[in-house]
Amino acid sequence: MIPDYAVWLIIFLPVLAFLINGLIMRPLAKEKNAKYSGYITILSIAGSLGLALWAVYSVADEGAKEFSHVISTHWLGVGDNLNIEISILLDKLSATMALVVGVCSLMIQIYGQGYMKGDTGYMRYYTWMPLFTAAMLGVALSGNLIFTFVCWELVGLSSYLLIGFWYHKPSAAAAAKKAFVVTRFADLGFVMALVGIYFGMNGTELVQKEGINVFDIANLPDIAHQAITMGLISTTGFTWILLGIFAGAAGKSGQFPLHVWLPDAMEGPTPVSALIHSSTMVCAGVYLVARLFPMFAMHEYGETAALVVAGLGGFTAIFSASMGMVMYDIKRVLAYSTLSQLGYMMLGLGAVAYGAAHTSDHHEAEHLMELAFAIGMFHLFTHAFFKSMLFLASGSLQHSTGTFDIRLMGGVRKYMPWTFWIFIIGSLSLSGIWPLAGFWSKDGILLESWAHTPWFFWLAMITVFMTAFYMFRAIFMTFFGEWRGGDPSGLHHGDEHDDHGHQEVHPHESPFVMVAPMVVLCVLAIGSGWAFLGPIDANAFLGGHSHAFFSVFTEFSLDEAKHSLPLIGLIVALFGVFVAYAIYGAQWVSNEAIGRAFKPIRTLWYRKYYMDELYEDVIIRGVLMKGIFWLCAAFDTYVVDGIVNGTAGLASEVGGLFRKVQTGQLQEYGIAMGFGVVVMLAAVLIGFYG
Amino acid sequence: MFDDINILSLILFLPVIGAILIAVFRITDKGLKQFAALVTGVTFLLAILMFIDFEKSDGGLQFIERYTWIDSINAEYFLGVDGLSAPLLLLTAFLGFLCVFVSWNIKDRVREHFAWLLILEFSIMGVFVAQDFLLFFIFWEIELIPMYFLISVWGTKPPLGRREYSAVKYLLYTLLGSAGLLAGILVAYFQGGTWDMTQIGSEVKDYSTLIFFLIFFCFCVKLPMFPFHTWLPDAHTDAPTAGSVMLAGVLIKMGGYGMIRLVGMFSDPAKEYAWLLILLGIIGVIYGAAATLRQTDLKRLIAYSSVSHMGYVLLGIFALQQVSVTGAALQLLSHGVVTGLLFAMVGVVYDKTHERRIPYLGGLARQMPIACVVFSIAGMASLGLPLTSGFAAEFLIFTGSYNSDVTPWMHVYTILGIVGIVLTAGYILWMIQRVFYHEPKSQFDHLPDATVMERFVIFSLVASIMWIGIRPHYFTDLIDNSLEFMAPWLGQ
Repeated sequence: MIPDYAVWLIIFLPVLAFLINGLIMRPLAKEKNAKYSGYITILSIAGSLGLALWAVYSVADEGAKEFSHVISTHWLGVGDNLNIEISILLDKLSATMALVVGVCSLMIQIYGQGYMKGDTGYMRYYTWMPLFTAAMLGVALSGNLIFTFVCWELVGLSSYLLIGFWYHKPSAAAAAKKAFVVTRFADLGFVMALVGIYFGMNGTELVQKEGINVFDIANLPDIAHQAITMGLISTTGFTWILLGIFAGAAGKSGQFPLHVWLPDAMEGPTPVSALIHSSTMVCAGVYLVARLFPMFAMHEYGETAALVVAGLGGFTAIFSASMGMVMYDIKRVLAYSTLSQLGYMMLGLGAVAYGAAHTSDHHEAEHLMELAFAIGMFHLFTHAFFKSMLFLASGSLQHSTGTFDIRLMGGVRKYMPWTFWIFIIGSLSLSGIWPLAGFWSKDGILLESWAHTPWFFWLAMITVFMTAFYMFRAIFMTFFGEWRGGDPSGLHHGDEHDDHGHQEVHPHESPFVMVAPMVVLCVLAIGSGWAFLGPIDANAFLGGHSHAFFSVFTEFSLDEAKHSLPLIGLIVALFGVFVAYAIYGAQWVSNEAIGRAFKPIRTLWYRKYYMDELYEDVIIRGVLMKGIFWLCAAFDTYVVDGIVNGTAGLASEVGGLFRKVQTGQLQEYGIAMGFGVVVMLAAVLIGFYG
Repeated sequence: MFDDINILSLILFLPVIGAILIAVFRITDKGLKQFAALVTGVTFLLAILMFIDFEKSDGGLQFIERYTWIDSINAEYFLGVDGLSAPLLLLTAFLGFLCVFVSWNIKDRVREHFAWLLILEFSIMGVFVAQDFLLFFIFWEIELIPMYFLISVWGTKPPLGRREYSAVKYLLYTLLGSAGLLAGILVAYFQGGTWDMTQIGSEVKDYSTLIFFLIFFCFCVKLPMFPFHTWLPDAHTDAPTAGSVMLAGVLIKMGGYGMIRLVGMFSDPAKEYAWLLILLGIIGVIYGAAATLRQTDLKRLIAYSSVSHMGYVLLGIFALQQVSVTGAALQLLSHGVVTGLLFAMVGVVYDKTHERRIPYLGGLARQMPIACVVFSIAGMASLGLPLTSGFAAEFLIFTGSYNSDVTPWMHVYTILGIVGIVLTAGYILWMIQRVFYHEPKSQFDHLPDATVMERFVIFSLVASIMWIGIRPHYFTDLIDNSLEFMAPWLGQ
């Protein structure tokens, strides 16, 4: 059994690394000692990972389904009215999430040793990375919604700092700001939900009589249920609270219409994208919904919110995939793919929650509650490994070719065999090809959405095709065909000392320190779906279907006619691969011809449905900055201040009539006024009481 | 510890003695600055000792000094601090000490500058410790004079600034407010027959609404509340750095502090007109943020952000909930440190670049990394990032005011207030982007980063921000106890 202090240490080891690197290394260490900042970070995160593993085994050993352990301390309060605690909740959900964060973060820090080598901001990078990891582990392990919010915002901060890592690039600086502001906008919902929870649920008996903290995650569903039955909060109010939380989650997880920041966030260094914008931070939203799942699945009360989660998730899945199909920047393809997969996770959670909230069968509801973690979280779990691996592979490509543009690559498989195979395996896993990890987790989502929200199921099914298509489009353009030259100017990113221009790019395999972490993640991308952690089957651990490795295709059927759903999913995915091969691999059909035939829709996708233009040019620059805000500023200068100055001017002119001697010295007026007050005061005192 | 010493008077009058000595004795500029640092340093040390000795669990006044002053009108020399004013007193002594270092590079009329600075510190501390209304008024008025001279003599010269215009505007505007204060306390005195601020509320039977608004007018000009805020951007922008730090850090806090005291005295008019004042506060939040987004002068931008942030104080106070008023008081402290730091940072940047217009700045992160980090921390605190002081204060205000029922529109107002934090994020991040990010500009190459003395100032402010942010309950417990004592009728 893991002791309390060790659970805290999971969070505080990276904090320690952040403090050492930020307060000691960066101000004091010489340039040649910069590498130690990297070692400190790696060491601390390895420590966290070790403890997280211990935590997972502790939870698994307990065997009980509902093992949870709360450790808390007082943080902020106002008398007896408001009491905010910082606490940790360790159960299978949080332990799994901590494990995912630990594994991905450690691998990516090791990879960064190669990728960030020679960058002028090396120490800065290894200062922000542990800060991010600590905040993310905080989100995972938090047992109190306020503490979750604290870490949630720190995750946003570190994401901002890391996206804007190369702040001298205007695009990176703008992307960082955009990410922060968009997620902050979404967090409005979160804050309102927190305020609403306090308002609606603080009066319940559980809080008032039994002294349970109103923001306590483990008890929140019970508190909420009591608040509704006691009539403290209406069903509508409760739905709004859930939607507020979902708004915050949708912002972090890039759900439509708040997805706009994620593709731009690719301006950050690639390891940052791999960690933050694919496997951990963007999953925080999904995790939050999973964490509060019992509230979304609450019978009769959570129904509407659950349906919104499922619907928006399903829509985001297909919406983002459509844009991923036409992008040329391989990192952006992966970014849209991430958005799409996050949509899947939301769909899975929403569908199960809807099912549980909808059914009147108590046993079925209970069964679905258990299933929920396995649906949303299982995909989060496998996706984290193969997606961060794919990002690392794209970074490896750029490290060697100087570009992310797949039009400038081609034939790279000859030069970078490791990267090639890793990318292939990652793509197959992502497309959901048997027996890789992605197959098992995606399958669960399709199954549940078919069972509970069939109309969203079709969105998900079409997305399966699109996913396979855009991944293999990228693969065929990047790794097959002729080498198209790369981009010499993009090599040695961020290294300004490199002024002898490379005229030609000679692609080569990345160093061992970059390949090794990818290989580790690759093993997980293959196996994390069925056999992970030795004795623990991840899916079974989370409480999902216990499937048979080979007979899975005969086990789950769509209907009475026994159409195997996994098989259909597999065929659809393979069809996607085939179409990509036909166009970009074998080139039976000309890419350009298709582009011409579908020009309007292709343009719409390529320009991202013009949503950036709508948000930035129309709403922000047009309506707000040049409209309302301009009006406010002008109103302030000409009306509010105008009246003030007008009154003062009038007073001074009237004064001038009586005054023969006008010095015109503003200073003297002021002094005169000052003395006037003193005289007035004296007169009052003497006059009345002298 | 201080049973037989009048610790508050000692803290209060040390700067005055220092100012007189500075004015009288002719010593070198450097010696004079060191002397000012010594005086304010000792004052700050005494304030810390006072704060340590302060009995945290007791909500009433402590370190009381009470002597007859003007016998014929019952005016007393009555000092004391409670959980509300003790932190503000500490903050004033702290900023007063730091401001000596902020203005270390003053070359023009050094003697007068430091004398006025010390007088300013004295008068502001006086406002926070006075418990006699007449005494309170006197301190309130004294503060105008040093501030007026600081702006008009050491402020920004034309063409960049209009220091004389701003100084006079500041003086006239606040004098107008003071007229209200004087009238208000006179009426209150005639009604209640006492100047005792702890008693006057229960003594006054009639005209309490009139008194409330006369006095409130003075406080709301100082805070400032929309639409009486336009003196503030001018005064802040044209004041020297030390002046801005004091002005934003503690001077406008006198307004918020006064309001909380006023609410404690006259609860009925406060309840009756809360809807109006909250409405004006929320307008201030949104409108102030909107105007902030349009500013192109770095200092003016931060000045406007104060208008927005002080709107939260109004929201918190007039929601009349214990949680929200505690939040408002914490916001006063937090904003004092945060905006003090922001103005100090503008000073650091301006000293090096001699440029304040945002479009002409840019790329400074490479040349001035420390300034960039500290500016960013201050910005994050301003936008209310958790673990900085801003979050604790604003979150308390929101949770408190959402529970309030002083007006049926309370939920809408609270939600609008929450919307304000997104606008804050917008202008802060946009400012940081335009000043520090993008390609470095060659004209700023080889500029020094913050000097050792500047680092001392800004790092100690950063430490305070983090302290309040990480252990907020240390202050909230303190404030909360006093509120229970002062205004037990506040909503739960």
